Amino acid sequence: MTSSAAPLPTVTTSETPLLTTPLAAAHRALGAKMVPFAGYLMPVQYEGILAEHLHTRAGAGLFDVSHMGQAILAGPDHATTAAALEALVPADILGLKPGAQRYTQLLDAHGGILDDLMVHRPHAGEETGDGQDGTLMLVVNAATKAADMAHIENHLPAGVTLVPVKDRALLALQGPKAVDVLARLGADVAAWPFMTAGPATVAGIAVHASRSGYTGEDGFELSVADDRVADLWAALVADPDVKPIGLGARDSLRLEAGLCLYGHDIDTTTTPVEAGLTWSIQKRRRQEGGFPGFHVIAEQIANGAPRRRVGIRPEGRAPAREGAEILSEDGLPIGTVTSGGFGPTVNGPVAMGYVAAAHAAPGTRIGLLVRGKVLPAEVVPLPFVPARFYRGT
Amino acid sequence: MARLYTKDHEWIDVAGKVATVGITDYAQAQLGDVVFVDLPDPGRAVTKGGDAAVVESVKVASDVFSPVTGTIAEANQALADTPALVNEAPEGDGWFFKVEIADEADLGDLMDADAYAAYTASL
Repeated sequence: MTSSAAPLPTVTTSETPLLTTPLAAAHRALGAKMVPFAGYLMPVQYEGILAEHLHTRAGAGLFDVSHMGQAILAGPDHATTAAALEALVPADILGLKPGAQRYTQLLDAHGGILDDLMVHRPHAGEETGDGQDGTLMLVVNAATKAADMAHIENHLPAGVTLVPVKDRALLALQGPKAVDVLARLGADVAAWPFMTAGPATVAGIAVHASRSGYTGEDGFELSVADDRVADLWAALVADPDVKPIGLGARDSLRLEAGLCLYGHDIDTTTTPVEAGLTWSIQKRRRQEGGFPGFHVIAEQIANGAPRRRVGIRPEGRAPAREGAEILSEDGLPIGTVTSGGFGPTVNGPVAMGYVAAAHAAPGTRIGLLVRGKVLPAEVVPLPFVPARFYRGT
Repeated sequence: MARLYTKDHEWIDVAGKVATVGITDYAQAQLGDVVFVDLPDPGRAVTKGGDAAVVESVKVASDVFSPVTGTIAEANQALADTPALVNEAPEGDGWFFKVEIADEADLGDLMDADAYAAYTASL
């Protein structure tokens, strides 16, 4: 028996010493299998990917995502800081209300995606304590954080600075019981709608919480000082509704939720329009532009992208993995699978990939070339599992 | 005849001319939750060290090799409905296929249980 596909993507070489998060010992104590991921030694699973995946959809799953990059963009006022970031991303940052968070992408001159990221505007003075309102908090991908920081820094106007946050860890608590778990630990966050963020106290520990995540479930991400994260992790994992969840289930959860994994479903060869992320480009930006690749993106919004990211359901039980060729019903190549595997909640194989626009409509019959055989499949709407975000009352 | 093992983590039980093949407990633990097994059709010719089946866990697809050259006599249809048998009983009900052995000399370089245990301990 030999593996013909790697279990998880890595960018680590033998010459690069692996980094660890402050929770490495906690993961080992819980029986985690540790693997290299984006330069870090990270838990890929504890009791098993299937059980962890299903637990997250039924209870609450706790993830260590401290490898992700946190940074603060600071300027003299919101308009100045927002304008600095809007020069690099297509989202409306100026219109972001205090306490709100937004998903966007760093774009290159051709509209290709350099990374995807979360942007949060804290309430005035929340970070500095002096009432100043010119701060944005960013969370970027682990594998791209060094390049992102250099890219942003190289494009900042005078007076706006980027400060990487190197002394804070990041946890995600995801699932329908996440909000109850945090309430039991004293956090007053139950009324926060999806994509809002702010300071909170969990088990007596100060965190910066955000109601967001990467699973399609209700849940929170908690940014916390490195020297308190072990205590926070211990308090959360002690709750009977909480189980630790590894990167393996994080990947199957986000795939079922139809969410893009950078470096796989999106990269510099894909635009936000092709990737089905046009919803993240707000109206003012579509009209005014002022971000890299605007000419490409405006043209694709007006006339349609030549290819689209779609959901794919293979027939039968055999999964189609990343890299599998997608064929039209008459056998012509029309695209490639970018993420694929077994969806534990769907209880069957699921995939995403790019196909030529003529084949992108849900219900289109396609074939997937897997080990030399054509696997029949169908284009389906995303997500595979309905999102259960808390939108407020 | 006692069970034999390959370096690729297959096991083989020989009874007369027909051998039963599966993957070891070590292998299933490395794979994690098995969700699909692609089995060879009876009558298919397989060669020692060549592809015979595919086992897929949530995260990874792996080839299963035949430990001997011969002809597939039977595939374990229970794995089509219950691939998790590979995790639950890898060296029992989770067997993959039976193969009619062409040349028993193929068994000569396989490991016994003690040698396989020492081999996995070294990995």
